Amino acid sequence: MSTARSTELTGLTAAQVAAAVAAGEVSAVEVTAAHLDRIAAVDSQVRAFLHVAADEALAAARAVDDRRAAGEPLGPLAGVPLALKDVFTTTDMPTTAGSRILEGWRPPYDATITRRLRRAGVVLLGKTNMDEFAMGSSTENSAFGPSHNPWDLARVPGGSSGGSAAAVTACEAPLAMGTDTGGSIRQPAAVCGIVGVKPTYGGSSRYGLIAFASSLDTPGPLARNVLDAALLHEAISGHDPRDSTSVDAPVPPVVAAARQADVAGLRVGVVTELGGEGYQPGVLARFGEAVELLESLGAKIVEVSCPHFTYALPAYYLIAPSECSSNLARFDAMRYGLRVGDDGSLSADEVMSLTRAAGFGPEVKRRIILGTYALSSGYYDAYYGKAQQVRTLICRDFDAAFEQVDVLVSPTTPTTAFAIGERADDPMAMYLADLCTIPSDLAGNAALSVPCGLAPEDGLPVGLQVMAPALGDDRLYRVAAAVEAALERRWGGPLLGQAKGLAAPPGRGEASGTGEAGGIGR
Amino acid sequence: MTRAVTLVSYDEALARYEPVIGLETHVELGTVTKMFCGCPTVFGAQPNSAVCPVCLGLPGSLPVASRAAIEYTIRIGLALNCSIASWCRFARKNYFYPDMPKDFQISQYDEPLCTDGWLDIAVGEQRVRIGIERVHLEEDTGKSLHVGGATGRIHGADYSLVDYNRAGIPLVEVVTKPIPGTGALAPEVARAYVTELRELLRALSVSDVRMEEGSLRCDVNTSIAPAGAGSWGTRTETKNVNSLRSVERAVRFEIQRQAAVLDAGGKIMQETRHFHEDTGTTTAGRSKEEAQDYRYFPEPDLVPVAPSPQWVAQLRADLPELPAARRGRLQADWGLSDLDMTALRNADALDLVEQTVAAGASAADARKWWLGELARRANETGTELAALPVTPAQVARVTELVTSGTLNDKLARQVLDLIVAGEGEPDEIVAARGLAVVSDDSALTAAVDAAITGHPEIAAKIREGKTTAAGALVGAVMKATRGQADATRARELILQRLS
Repeated sequence: MSTARSTELTGLTAAQVAAAVAAGEVSAVEVTAAHLDRIAAVDSQVRAFLHVAADEALAAARAVDDRRAAGEPLGPLAGVPLALKDVFTTTDMPTTAGSRILEGWRPPYDATITRRLRRAGVVLLGKTNMDEFAMGSSTENSAFGPSHNPWDLARVPGGSSGGSAAAVTACEAPLAMGTDTGGSIRQPAAVCGIVGVKPTYGGSSRYGLIAFASSLDTPGPLARNVLDAALLHEAISGHDPRDSTSVDAPVPPVVAAARQADVAGLRVGVVTELGGEGYQPGVLARFGEAVELLESLGAKIVEVSCPHFTYALPAYYLIAPSECSSNLARFDAMRYGLRVGDDGSLSADEVMSLTRAAGFGPEVKRRIILGTYALSSGYYDAYYGKAQQVRTLICRDFDAAFEQVDVLVSPTTPTTAFAIGERADDPMAMYLADLCTIPSDLAGNAALSVPCGLAPEDGLPVGLQVMAPALGDDRLYRVAAAVEAALERRWGGPLLGQAKGLAAPPGRGEASGTGEAGGIGR
Repeated sequence: MTRAVTLVSYDEALARYEPVIGLETHVELGTVTKMFCGCPTVFGAQPNSAVCPVCLGLPGSLPVASRAAIEYTIRIGLALNCSIASWCRFARKNYFYPDMPKDFQISQYDEPLCTDGWLDIAVGEQRVRIGIERVHLEEDTGKSLHVGGATGRIHGADYSLVDYNRAGIPLVEVVTKPIPGTGALAPEVARAYVTELRELLRALSVSDVRMEEGSLRCDVNTSIAPAGAGSWGTRTETKNVNSLRSVERAVRFEIQRQAAVLDAGGKIMQETRHFHEDTGTTTAGRSKEEAQDYRYFPEPDLVPVAPSPQWVAQLRADLPELPAARRGRLQADWGLSDLDMTALRNADALDLVEQTVAAGASAADARKWWLGELARRANETGTELAALPVTPAQVARVTELVTSGTLNDKLARQVLDLIVAGEGEPDEIVAARGLAVVSDDSALTAAVDAAITGHPEIAAKIREGKTTAAGALVGAVMKATRGQADATRARELILQRLS
C-alpha cells in the first residue's frame, strides 16, 4: 500500500470506511493496516494505546473481507477500526483499567460491548490509556503514564477516556469507546475537539466494564463527527440481560437524528448555573456563539435555572467514591492480578494490604478512603445519604427544565486542555474539569459534547454540551449534527481540518491552526 | 486460650435467672442455579468447577437476581405469616475475606423481603408462638480449607485453599424476634423452633435442609437476667450451631455459663461465641468492639425487587399444606396419640408412615414396623430411617402378607431383614426362602400328632377340658416347624384331636 493511500484511509470517517469496504473499494485489511501504520508513526508521542493488537486486528479485518467475499451482508460498521478503552474486558488482550493491580490479567470473558463490536465486524485495534479505574480528568492518573493531547503534546487529552479521545483525534482510529462516570467521555472529547457521547444510563451495557461507580458508569462513543458517533452508539446499544440496570426499551433513533440535523422549532435551554465566574473567557465566547448559531438555525433559546447543579460536584464526590470503595474491594490479590508479599510467612490479610498499597495509585486510594469514610456507621446519613438527596434534587431540576425545553446546553468544560502536570497536585482543580458534565451523570440522562470552535487565547478546542432527558438520546444528535453542519459550512470543513500538531489531518503535516474556527461569528 | 469455665448447674441458674433467646437461621435454597448467575448449585462437586465470572466476582462482571430465589423467599415469608415488601432493595455488606469473591456480600439490610411473621411450636404440652422479625435473601460465600496445623482453623495452618462452588448460592436468613418467658424450657424451645422451621422448609420444597451438609445453619442468641428484673441481659451470639441437639446444648451451656459469670459479679460481654460439638461448650469469638463496620449501602448493580400483589397472591394460593396442619390431619386420620405422633416426628417417620398407609397398610401397622423393627435396624447401622433400603410400598406389602396370614410377625421381621439385605421384593423373598406360614392341614397334622405323642401329660390335661394348656403344644408345633406353622390352625387341630 502506498503511503499516500494509507494516509488517505486514516483520514476517512467511519461511515466512509464502512461504505468503501462494503463496496469493495478497499479491503478491511488495508484499512486496518493503514491505522496500524499511523499508530506506529505517532503513538510514541501521543501514547493513546496501552496495548496494540496488530495480529488480532488484521485477523478480524480478514474475517470481514471473507464475509464480504462470501456475499454475506455486512453491518454499517463492518471493517471499521476502533480503539477500546482499557476498561472493557477482552479475551484476546490484557485489561488493566490503567492500574498496576491488574497488570498481566487476561480476562476469561468479553464485555458485552466488546462482543457486540466484534459481532458488528468492528476491528479492535487495541486498548487505550485511561486514568486508573477511570478516576481522573487527564489520564495523568494512569499507572502507565499520561497520554498527550494531539493538538499540543504538552497538554492533557482530558480523561478518563483520554487515550480513546487522543487516538481518534490523531487519526489512529476513526472510532473509540469510552466510559463516562462524571464526564469521562465528554470532557476529553471537548478538549480534543471531537464528538463524545454519554448515552442514557442503562442504554449501553456495563457487563464487562470494570466498575468505578456502578450507578454512574456509562459506556459511549467517541468519533470525529456526529454521524460516526451515532453509528457507534446504535451498534453498542440495546438491552443486555446480563446487566440488571440495562434499559429494556427500543434504542433511540440516533442515526436518523444525526442525518436529520434539524433544530427548527426545538426549545433549547441555556443553564444559568453552568457559566460565568471560573470559566475561561474563550470558552464562554465560543459557547455564546454556538447558542446564537442555534437560534439562527430556528431553535428557540430559553434561559433555565437548575439551582441544585451547584451541589452536583460535592454530591458526586461522595457517591462515586462510596461506590468505588466497595467496587474496588475485590482487588485483594487472592484470585487475579498483582500479588505482593506472598512469601509464605505473611497472612492473607497482610498480602491483601501490601498488594493494595503497591497496586493502587494515590488518586484511587484517596477515593477509596473518602468513600469508606462516607459509608461508615455514624457518617452515612450525613454524607452518602445527604448526597443521594442532592442527587434527587438534581433529577428534579432536570425534570422541571425538560418541561420547558427539549434540550439543555452548556459549555462541556470550564477551560480548554490544561498542561500536563498543571493540576496533578491539586485534586480540587482537577475535579472542576467535570463541573458541567456531572449533573447528567447523577441524573442518568443523555449528554453529548460537540466541538464549537477554538478558544482565541490558546487556540485550543472548546466543546458544546447538549443534554437531553433519559432515552431522548436522539435529540442530542439532532442538535449536534445541526451545529456541526452549520459550523463546517462556516469553517469550510471540520474543526480538525484546521488543527495543528498531530491532530492535523494525516499527510497535511503541521497546519497553521489559524483557521476560521478561531472566530465563527464573523 | 482455653480457660476453665465454672458453670452453675442448670436448675440453679434457672432458679435465679430468666433467659431470653433468639435464633438466626441460614437456609441454602434448593434453586437449580445460583443467586446471581447461571451456575448450578451443587454439593460436593470438584472444587471450583461450578463457577463463572459473576460468582467469582471477576472485574466487570455483574449480578442478575434469580427470580426463583426471590420466589422461594416470598414463599418462606408467606408460610411464616410475614408481610411481603412491595418494594425493596439488595444491599452490599462490605468486609474483606478471601472466600468472598467481591469482598462484599450482596444481602439485604434495612429493606428485607419479608417482615413481621410468626411460627407456632409445641414443647410437650406448652405451645409457644415464635415471632419472626424478618426473612431476607443473600448470597453464600465460598469455603476456605485450611491445610496443616492442628485445628483445621486458619491460625497455624500452612496454607489455605478456597472453593468458590458455594459462592453465590442463594441463602435465606430467618431471624426471630427475641423469645422471652420460656424459662427452663428455653433450650427445648430453641430446638423445637429449628425442628419446626426445618419441616416447614422441607414442606415448601425450597431447601434440602441438611444441617450436616450446612444447608441449614443456626446462630443462637442467648441472654439471661435476674428473675423478676423486668429487663433483658446482654446477649451472646453463638455461631454455626449445626445440629438440632447442638442448638439445645448451646442454649443450655450459655445459660449456665452466663449465670456463673453474673454470680461471680462479672458482666456478660456482647460477643460472638463458637460452639464446640465435642465438648458442648462455647468459647469467645469477636467482641462488639471488634465488630466490623459493614458499611451497608443499596446495591447499585441491581434494580429494586418489587413483587406484584398478583404474584404474591398466587404464591400464597399455591402454598402446600404446612407441617402443623398436616400433622393435625394425619393424627386425626390415623387415630394416634400425641405421644405416638411425637415419636413419629422425632424419628423423622411421618412421610414414611404416610406413604406406607397410602400403599395400603393400616396406620397402626405402618407405625409399628417403622418405629419398631426398622427404627432398630436404622439405629444399629447408624443410618437415617428414610435412608434404609426399604420402601414404604414394600413395608405395606409385608403388613398385607401378615394380615392375610401368609406371614406372622416373626417371619415378617425376617422378610424385612432380607429386603434390607437386598434380596428383592417381599413376595420374591417369601417364595425363594419358603418363609410362608404353614397352614396346610396335611403338613401340620404330622407335627400336631408328634407334639401330642411327645407330651402325653399335657394332652391328658387338654382331654380333661383344660384347653388353655394347648399353648404349650402349639409352641412345640411352632418349634418343630421352625416358626412357619399357622399357630391358629395348629391350635384348632390340637383341640380337634383331643376333644
